[in-house]
Amino acid sequence: MTVVEQKVLAMSGDEAVAYAVKQSDVDVVAAYPITPQTIIVEKFSEYVHNGEVDTEFICVESEHSALTACLTAAAVGARAFTATASAGLALMHEILYVTSGCRAPVVMAVANRALSAPINIHCDHSDTMVERDSGWIQIYAENSQEAYDSIIQAFRIAEHPDILLPVMVGLDGFFLSHTLENVRILPDETVKGFLGNRKFPLVRNHEGKLVPFRLAPENPITIGPLDLYDYYFEHKRQQEEAMRRASEIIKQVHGEYANVGGRQYGDGLIETYHLEDAEIATICLGSTAGTVKTVVDELRSKGIKAGLLRIRTFRPLPVKEITVALKNVKAVGVMDRACSFGGFGGPVFHEIRHILYDAPVHPHVVNYIYGLGGRDMSYILINQIYRDLERILETNRVEKKVQFIGLRE
Amino acid sequence: MSEWKFTIKEIAEKPELFMSGHRACAGCVPATVHRLVLKAARGPVIATHATGCIEVSSTIYPYTAWKIPWIHTAFENAAANASGIEAALRVLQRKGKIKNEHVDVIAFAGDGGTYDIGIQALSGAVERGHDFLYVLYDNEAYMNTGIQRSGGTPHGAWTTTSPAGKLIPGKPQFKKPIAEIMVAHEIPYVATASPYYWKDLITKVRKGLEVEGPAFLHIIAPCPRGWRFPSEKGIEISRIIVETCMFPLWEAIDEEYKLSPPSKAIALKPEKKKPVKEYLKIQGRFRHLFTLEHEHVIEELQRIIDKRWKRLLKKCGIA
Repeated sequence: MTVVEQKVLAMSGDEAVAYAVKQSDVDVVAAYPITPQTIIVEKFSEYVHNGEVDTEFICVESEHSALTACLTAAAVGARAFTATASAGLALMHEILYVTSGCRAPVVMAVANRALSAPINIHCDHSDTMVERDSGWIQIYAENSQEAYDSIIQAFRIAEHPDILLPVMVGLDGFFLSHTLENVRILPDETVKGFLGNRKFPLVRNHEGKLVPFRLAPENPITIGPLDLYDYYFEHKRQQEEAMRRASEIIKQVHGEYANVGGRQYGDGLIETYHLEDAEIATICLGSTAGTVKTVVDELRSKGIKAGLLRIRTFRPLPVKEITVALKNVKAVGVMDRACSFGGFGGPVFHEIRHILYDAPVHPHVVNYIYGLGGRDMSYILINQIYRDLERILETNRVEKKVQFIGLRE
Repeated sequence: MSEWKFTIKEIAEKPELFMSGHRACAGCVPATVHRLVLKAARGPVIATHATGCIEVSSTIYPYTAWKIPWIHTAFENAAANASGIEAALRVLQRKGKIKNEHVDVIAFAGDGGTYDIGIQALSGAVERGHDFLYVLYDNEAYMNTGIQRSGGTPHGAWTTTSPAGKLIPGKPQFKKPIAEIMVAHEIPYVATASPYYWKDLITKVRKGLEVEGPAFLHIIAPCPRGWRFPSEKGIEISRIIVETCMFPLWEAIDEEYKLSPPSKAIALKPEKKKPVKEYLKIQGRFRHLFTLEHEHVIEELQRIIDKRWKRLLKKCGIA
């Protein structure tokens, strides 16, 4: 397949997401406004009111109802989308688990934003990190282009009959959601062809008959029953199996998309930057990676063997890929834009140290908690992290395993 | 609105959509209510349920009592469930992705899921005008968790969170006038019903399904465990609650209030109105009120019933 010709539009991350949803022939959108996601629903409302999409747009009275309506719409067979951030995602918490448990392939954009209190509208990853165990696939975009591409891919991943899991795509609040960028847009028919219609796997109903997995009067099924100690555990295990399968499907869908769109983000799970021979490396998610790449370029020009690992898919966690990618690195700085109060470092740090426990050679692994509440992660601070890693490498000693960076102490 | 006419034979011969074999308690009136509601189905139906007694007792995996497509997601969102279902049906039919036939959507919820935790989703869904019927089966407390008071529990009633204490004899507050709150949403159909008057109930369900837009049906559903009465008494209690005007039967079509025949008869012959004591004395949850010390609670309850009855008569144009 050849890469299609694409037009370039200047769009914010939110607008890029709305555009991707518009092209994805979404049947139902149920959403509630919250900064910094609001532009998504505003843009989408314009599409609805101007007749540019054939979508039922439900302006619900809360995020709880937004996700609920998407869940039941998806259960009827609709392609469903919602968007939220911060407190909105927290209000959805209960239904996040219900959505994945009902195996409803809902897609959601999250404009990552700090959680209250104190109230703060700016970026960090506290909102989605809290939901890492909710059974949703999590993709974090580095820029608006990737947010656009990831939303389209998300529908294919979520609706894959072997997966049937909801997907959330994170885009950093304001840094991406509100910042104009040149975004390359696929032709409408290309997106349509790439996604196709929803397919429904056959499930055995209570009468032992194989029927499509959807609420349809001709083949009644019961979804969301009471499930006690005799079956619940197996159903949870099935969700975990679907998550495991998702790694391959994400890579596959990402690859197919690259064939048409010409854009790749590593293998779809992780992206490495000058990591092959790197001695020191940082790990991060989201838009910070853009600045880190610039710093890595500079360090490389000075002969310093610096690299970057960006985790694009945080759930399912690409354990194998991360292990392989870090095999030559001697000092790893994990950057967390969220805090796990009272824990040993931030959530990404937990995972990385955990993964490296089985590595044949253990690198130093330290944690930098940064950018809470939208605090800027500057070029200077990133340089500081790499200097710290160099010092660890030289002295073979770690003074502080977990540090807060870029704040008054 | 033309009224659906049916005979008892026709109803008996209609297939059961809420099947036997569920695990509701002996004498569970809510279960009877569900069976009656679905007898009014006029074609394909999709049902959704808030968390509650009937939800848990009718769907213990791998069994189900539902002969129709059914979904439960959580406690506070039955109306949001219905919103998503209704919107999906509409758009998928429009796009030709599913069969183009009318499908009725019914959301069931108990009093906890309606008066309390679910009122936000309910208010939002009817404000948006989704075409669905919301059935409140009111057993006047959180029975599924073990008889805790809700906004639907009547004044003075014992529950495990409004115990008949020395200082506070049962629930201090009054029952929230939920159906009138729903009328205030200016939706096309709101009604109350009791399973003793089963024909009235079925007729009202059908009307709720037939109107375009949201309909709300408030059905009283006595609970032998929670109300403390013998399991064979539920239907009798469903009658006395109407006869005492503690739960009058009425409907509001486009906000026009109209008494239903059993309550109309009382309005026309006020001497038929029974004192609330007759209703209270047959239930253990009010036993503590029949003491010198707490008798005033009964008087207070009678006062509020009379006040509300008067208000209803006025709304129905019977001054």
